[in-house]
Amino acid sequence: MKSSVITFPGSNCDRDMDVALKKFGFKNKMVWHADAELPKSDLVVLPGGFSYGDYLRCGSMASKSKIMQSVINFANSGGMVMGICNGFQILVETGLVPGVLLRNKYLEFICKNVFVKINDKKNKYFKNVDNEVLEFHIAHNEGNYFCTNDQLKEIEDHNQIAINYCDENGKIEDQFNPNGSLKNIAGIFNKEKNVLGMMPHPERMIDTSLSGEDGSLFFKNLINNLK
Amino acid sequence: MKISVIITLKKDVLDPQGKVIHQTLDGMGFQDINEVRQGKYFEIDTKETDNEKAKAKVEEMCKKLLANLVIENYKIIDPK
Repeated sequence: MKSSVITFPGSNCDRDMDVALKKFGFKNKMVWHADAELPKSDLVVLPGGFSYGDYLRCGSMASKSKIMQSVINFANSGGMVMGICNGFQILVETGLVPGVLLRNKYLEFICKNVFVKINDKKNKYFKNVDNEVLEFHIAHNEGNYFCTNDQLKEIEDHNQIAINYCDENGKIEDQFNPNGSLKNIAGIFNKEKNVLGMMPHPERMIDTSLSGEDGSLFFKNLINNLK
Repeated sequence: MKISVIITLKKDVLDPQGKVIHQTLDGMGFQDINEVRQGKYFEIDTKETDNEKAKAKVEEMCKKLLANLVIENYKIIDPK
């Protein structure tokens, strides 16, 4: 399986993602934002970080970069595109997934482990994951998901919510919402579910000696689903 | 020609920064404030000399980059 990780000026989780993808069997290529052509890929990842210093709105500049036109075409033809953290912010700015990510409700940069409940398993990202709840890491200032009522209705009608913030038992409540996100949304799909944007970082949970292993579960499962 | 643009958050969008500014002003003794909403201001100096054409271009910039229309409104201020 071939993957590509796009590096924007200010990306800082691109190499972590590279390590994670390779660990679970992807042949990964790093792709520079100013390139026009996307290498042949089964999965494209927009990594976390602070592209363009988060100027204007997080992800807004990166969403207009040269490579993004190829990424958009790839996604529109059914290709798998995953945006993590700043990558999620870039995805919403391209319009590939609906909504926006606002400043966290209490204006804090949040850096901690959280639990997320998988809302939908009829997709290549979460199909066959045994667990209902995963422990991932979040680190962001703008992760407060918001969309209009019309968009929310459409998202719910098409079952586009991927994961919600919850407690370790999968209870989705306000008190387990770290950033004020609408409906505790931590990640959403496009309608076709080939594009996933999420705030949590699975690539930070792939090493037993450093962290939990729920990221390992996610990546092992992902590559099997793509085969 | 210089054209100015003001971007503001839409009414029903939570503005945590505006809220904190409101609270701080309140604490400083400015206690008659109903609400504070924070926005953005841009000054665009363009080579275009035709007023209407320049405004149309800036409007396109607003739609494509300067504002996110899910949460923000833009207002183009007539060049003097």
